Amino acid sequence: MNEMNEVRKPPVATTGIIGWLRINLFFNWTNSLITLFVIYCLYQFIPWILDWTIFSADFKYNYLGEQITNQEMCSRNLDPENGGACWAVIYVRFYQFIYGFYPKVEVWRVNIAYFMLALALLPLLYSKLPYRKYFLYFTYIFPVIAYFLLNGGLGFTEVSTNKWGGLLVTLVLGCTGIALAFPIGIMLALGRRSKLPVISMMCTLFIEFIRGVPLITLLFFGMVMLPLFLPEGIDMDGLVRVLVAVTLFQSAYMAEVIRGGLQAIPPGQYEAAKSLGMSYWRMNLLIILPQAIRISIPPIVNTSIGLFKDTTLVIIVGILDLLGIGRGTLADTNWLGLSYEIYFFVSLVFFIFTFGMSRYSLYLEKKLKTGINMGAD
Amino acid sequence: MSEESIISLKNVNKWFGDFHVLQDVNLEVKKKERIVVCGPSGSGKSTMIRCINRLEEHQEGSIVVDGIELTGNLKNIDNVRKEVGMVFQQFNLFPHLSVKENITLAPIWVKKMPKAEAEELAMRQLEIVKIPEQANKYPGQLSGGQQQRVAIARSLAMNPNIMLFDEPTSALDPEMIKEVLDVMVDLANGGMTMIVVTHEMGFAKTVADRMVFMDEGKIVEEASPDKFFNNPESDRTKLFLSQILHQ
Repeated sequence: MNEMNEVRKPPVATTGIIGWLRINLFFNWTNSLITLFVIYCLYQFIPWILDWTIFSADFKYNYLGEQITNQEMCSRNLDPENGGACWAVIYVRFYQFIYGFYPKVEVWRVNIAYFMLALALLPLLYSKLPYRKYFLYFTYIFPVIAYFLLNGGLGFTEVSTNKWGGLLVTLVLGCTGIALAFPIGIMLALGRRSKLPVISMMCTLFIEFIRGVPLITLLFFGMVMLPLFLPEGIDMDGLVRVLVAVTLFQSAYMAEVIRGGLQAIPPGQYEAAKSLGMSYWRMNLLIILPQAIRISIPPIVNTSIGLFKDTTLVIIVGILDLLGIGRGTLADTNWLGLSYEIYFFVSLVFFIFTFGMSRYSLYLEKKLKTGINMGAD
Repeated sequence: MSEESIISLKNVNKWFGDFHVLQDVNLEVKKKERIVVCGPSGSGKSTMIRCINRLEEHQEGSIVVDGIELTGNLKNIDNVRKEVGMVFQQFNLFPHLSVKENITLAPIWVKKMPKAEAEELAMRQLEIVKIPEQANKYPGQLSGGQQQRVAIARSLAMNPNIMLFDEPTSALDPEMIKEVLDVMVDLANGGMTMIVVTHEMGFAKTVADRMVFMDEGKIVEEASPDKFFNNPESDRTKLFLSQILHQ
């Protein structure tokens, strides 16, 4: 009897590294074959990509030790047998990639704005940050500070937005679009579900119209048509027009995503809130939206990532974002033919941001699920 | 008669589409009276009590709660909801908030109570329903019986004059029913005006001042528990009782 009461450990072969390998990689015959094939492919690919991007690549000097100033001096153009990527193009054009054509004397303002953006994101990323409340206040006023810093005014020299470019434009469009579209999307989603037919119809019309039109069309619309709606004498900045188009586009998608979350909330939640005497707005702000948004985190991040990448479309209306600067560099005879390097770099920057967003959403999901069982389970 | 009644339903009619759920329902409830409503499913008993705090709208007749008539007037509806607490079959706790936050939310936001005071109130209510040790857990971590007791505490925290119970034990495992009924008996003994929709006939016998039996949207019989269980008038009531008492 005593033996029966002993805690039995699982068989050795199913735990630990060996167990994991067995179950996941060498479970049976076909499984083992596929594993070996994949290992072989990686063995072929990884050394090659490492060699091209790092070991044989030029960063600032070519293999002769000269500083590279145009594509002819790249090792791979001097000696096609040798040499990998020619990162010198990124090095030389780095300023444009990050700031566009922002005047060099004023560029400290952009650097401060970048730093402040990181600071503003901090309390959103770490909920256990000490003095988080005060950091959050900063997050709320950051857009205003950033506007004056980047655009000028309040004693700063004005820097016209047509001098902005590169990562600066990508971040301004992405961050503003996502940040503004979120509250507008919530209002649209609530409006579409409203019992008042006029409000519901207006929201539905807006969402369906914006969603039914390609972003590029909206960008042209913003560029060409928006000024017609403004009173005479008021000139709207080009970047602002694009921003309006991007925000409207994103808010329509966000509205549908949040509406999906709202539909998942059981009617009992509304009834409980009402029976406690809560008004429509209190009920939505305190009970319904916190749950609906929690459910919708994966699709919210999904559309946000989508928008961040879609900002590259502004190249169509003549605004040079990160990709636009890359295309511009490629058109320069000094750097002709370096498309691998430039697209690789642009992809990498986009990947870093979008991958960060994706990890953040996973972190949020985990954090919000601990201790809370949603719904019926 | 109607002067001392705190709830008064007169010729209330309601339709869901073409379906006539409530047909000329008349009911007077006096202060501190405990009413138990029973009847087969689909008889309109839930709909009736949901009309009393306007979770459902009635289409004809009048409903007056504590002197306030329920019409489209939003202010009246708000005022009635402040008087009336409700407990649901599915508990309907807010899953994203802790037990304590579930209870303090309405006092803080609807009654503008300071947070510290609301928390004290929440702890007092949790003592009443006998689960103060669960204050910082989330609803998903509690058993059904505990969740329903939190729901009762949440309603009581708004200090209502009237409590409506919509089949409060129907979603519970048998061994948890008693803990919820015990709390409801305490509440009844404390002098709360209660309307309870339930099939717990044992509870009805001990607590009810009056039984209301509904079928097909009508009130078929209203009687004291003694008369209702031992000497019911209508055949429909007899049939219902024989089915539910002799399972």
